Amino acid sequence: MVGLAVVFTRDLLKATMLFAIYSLTIAALFALLDAGDVALTEAAVGAGISTVLILAVLALVPRHEKTAKGHNLPALAIVIITGAALVYASFDLPVFGEAGNPVHQHVGPYYIGETYADMGIPNMVAAVLASYRSIDTFGEAVVILTAGIGVYALLSVRPRRRQRREPEQ
Amino acid sequence: MTVLSFFNYWAVIVLMMIGYYCVIVRGNMIKKIIGLGIFQTSVFILFISAGKVIGGSTPVLRDGVSVYSNPLPHVLILTAIVVGIATTALALALTVRIREAFGSIDDDVIDAAQQDDEGR
Repeated sequence: MVGLAVVFTRDLLKATMLFAIYSLTIAALFALLDAGDVALTEAAVGAGISTVLILAVLALVPRHEKTAKGHNLPALAIVIITGAALVYASFDLPVFGEAGNPVHQHVGPYYIGETYADMGIPNMVAAVLASYRSIDTFGEAVVILTAGIGVYALLSVRPRRRQRREPEQ
Repeated sequence: MTVLSFFNYWAVIVLMMIGYYCVIVRGNMIKKIIGLGIFQTSVFILFISAGKVIGGSTPVLRDGVSVYSNPLPHVLILTAIVVGIATTALALALTVRIREAFGSIDDDVIDAAQQDDEGR
């Protein structure tokens, strides 16, 4: 169902647009799987921000991929072997969507049962993100800050060697 | 237990392999980043489908609903999406710098340029 949207993505050079459509499809899938918050985030971040970022970079780099020389058979073989191994392993996974799966046995029921008493808000995802696991969210913020510093450091330094193009900024 | 019990996992595997192939075969850096993005979303789907309970509903407390999907994977993936965009931004910044330094973002061109340097 979703795979179709992506198979095309590899062909075009302007795959960015297709990648955005792909992200929207994934967001719809998340909505179907009861993950409303995740769907909203994926639609905003995956389809919105990352598309804008890739487009901004595409404005600076050549738009056409250099070579498109058919298939690379060893790579294809590796991919198929890995995929087959993963499919074999997937039979050991718990059956999709059953309430008795191990993932639903640990802290999940506590969050579902106690969120309203503890936090007073109905949205469990927000409660877990911002209260129960707020240290994790703080770590996430640190990661974003680090990435921001990294991007700034990379883009603000002038290229020293091989100055063929003007340093754009 | 039917074939459908595992369909989600297989979809995840197919997507993951598409992303993997894209990463190892394509020389173009933007293509590699997009491939990584596809790989990443496949992992997101794996987690979200682990949290789904058939007959459950979105984990926002309401009257008249007793079965909710597990909120914990949703939280993890929410964090992962945001961290993912941060790493993507960093990768794109690296791409821009490589383009400034080498005049290209294709693997083989960069390899050739480096061999030029060493031969000099």
